[in-house]
Amino acid sequence: MRVVSKERAQARLAYLLVLPATLLILLIYILPIVTVFGISFTDYSLVSDYYEFVGLQNYAQMLEDEAFGNALRNTLIYAGLFLPGAFIISLILAIAIQERKKFRSILEVLYFLPVTSTLAAMALVWAALMDSNQGVINLWAAALGAGPFNWLGSENLVLVSMALISLWSVIGFNMVLFLAGLTAIPVNLYEAAAIDGADHPVDKFLRVTWPMLGPTSMFVAVTSSITAFKLFDTVAILTQGGPDRSSEVFLYLTFLEGFEYFNMGYSAALSLVFLGIIFVFALIQALFVDRNVQY
Amino acid sequence: MSSIKATLRSFAPRSFGHLISTLFLVLGAWVMVFPFVWMISSSLKPTDEVYDTDFSIIPRTFKGFENYYEVLFDQPYLMFLMNSFIVCVGILIVQLITAVPAAYALAKLKFRGSTILFGTVIASLTIPINVTSIPIYVGIVQASLLDTYLAMMFPFFISVFAIFLFRQFFRSFPDSIIDAARVDGFSEIEIILRLILPSAVPAIAAFSVFSFVTHWNDLYWPLIVVTSQDKMTATLSMMQYQSDFDTDYGRTFASATVVTAPMVIAFLFARRLFIRGITMTGVKG
Repeated sequence: MRVVSKERAQARLAYLLVLPATLLILLIYILPIVTVFGISFTDYSLVSDYYEFVGLQNYAQMLEDEAFGNALRNTLIYAGLFLPGAFIISLILAIAIQERKKFRSILEVLYFLPVTSTLAAMALVWAALMDSNQGVINLWAAALGAGPFNWLGSENLVLVSMALISLWSVIGFNMVLFLAGLTAIPVNLYEAAAIDGADHPVDKFLRVTWPMLGPTSMFVAVTSSITAFKLFDTVAILTQGGPDRSSEVFLYLTFLEGFEYFNMGYSAALSLVFLGIIFVFALIQALFVDRNVQY
Repeated sequence: MSSIKATLRSFAPRSFGHLISTLFLVLGAWVMVFPFVWMISSSLKPTDEVYDTDFSIIPRTFKGFENYYEVLFDQPYLMFLMNSFIVCVGILIVQLITAVPAAYALAKLKFRGSTILFGTVIASLTIPINVTSIPIYVGIVQASLLDTYLAMMFPFFISVFAIFLFRQFFRSFPDSIIDAARVDGFSEIEIILRLILPSAVPAIAAFSVFSFVTHWNDLYWPLIVVTSQDKMTATLSMMQYQSDFDTDYGRTFASATVVTAPMVIAFLFARRLFIRGITMTGVKG
């Protein structure tokens, strides 16, 4: 009898403890998600109270909407430019830094500095560095006999510039993830490989480092992909999608439709597509990544 | 002789490679740090020197004192910083108060519905603010809460990530100690406050850093719910410069320095904690 009542008391306490969190999850996640689905089937717009149920029209509109195709294409081009660098440069840096005893921590700090800094503020600095006339980067390029480049004002270059700024801000972050993965590889594996004749750095990398780093690599690849699809700050501050929509990426378009044009219905449908993309990445992560490898 | 050759052969490529990699590491570090150096340097210059073709790190005319004085005392930057601070602290306090008890219940107490609740937490982990922003915004507009601190903080009052993280942490706390404390007459609240919380300090500290940095640097949500300068956060204030808010470039970069300095300085003081806190989630921003 006593045991039962004790269990009941424990359950009652547990409900009390989870109550605030549960209420907030309902208000901040469940209710909004259900509402987003609802709104995405209407032509709701904040400017008028009257709205109609339009079925799948918002989703059908995407297929014809030039801005949607454009934003998707821009996001993919940007991701294609950003992801290889975000992965390969960070991995090389991590391996190079891991082998050092001296200066390892100072290098780590310097490379991590952009991660903590406020990207919105640093974007202003990058705009100045990339200025088409008197920016320092063009001055240096001119000294090498190249340029001048219109980094942020040319339709062909603007996504490259966005990718470069993002790389700068994220490399230290990925490097630290790789460093954690590298540190977890037992030293005796390298010794064993050396006995088997793998003592060249390339052999060591291919036979030990790369296979052992699998989960970390997967983790970095997935999280970097999500980061790529979330590109927003630099676009909002520097180009507002321009010139001529050439840097209008997916999340920025969703933001414009919702909060500038107040096409809430269409924006809701776009944000659900966005959620779908994130969800695919999360699923890949859940299926392949062992979370225990991480911090 | 041959042994010397062998030694050289085994040594030479390694040290050459070592030299090259050192060179690249230092060059890379310079690229990482240069925007900060340029920013601080420009913040000390008069406006016509910022875009001088003859770039030098040391200002020829030192206008640093005026630039920072004007940013902090003539422009509303102290207010922007204060707004950011209020929002970040408010968010963090509510996140901890709601997540810690829930995480403890999920980790150590038996109750019906715990599996469903935890499943909901996991599912919510994948939902970013960008997806729920429209309904939350509409709700805030209807409650006439636009441009208030509450609106700026509300969507972040619950951190499902904190619940997940703390639950994992609490689960590894030995049941035998909790049972012993119960036998000794500790109430569950006492167990949380006197046993679990002290043991969770590292996780709570790391999460706090993560939360503070994330919301300090957030541009998206303030951009949506802040409509007046009175509630503008430091990060949002950077949006003003896309138009001709300030044509004094020295002063512009003094304000950029003021906005990014708090997080960078805090990072330099607590490097380990920052690196652990920020890499915990895996997704930057």
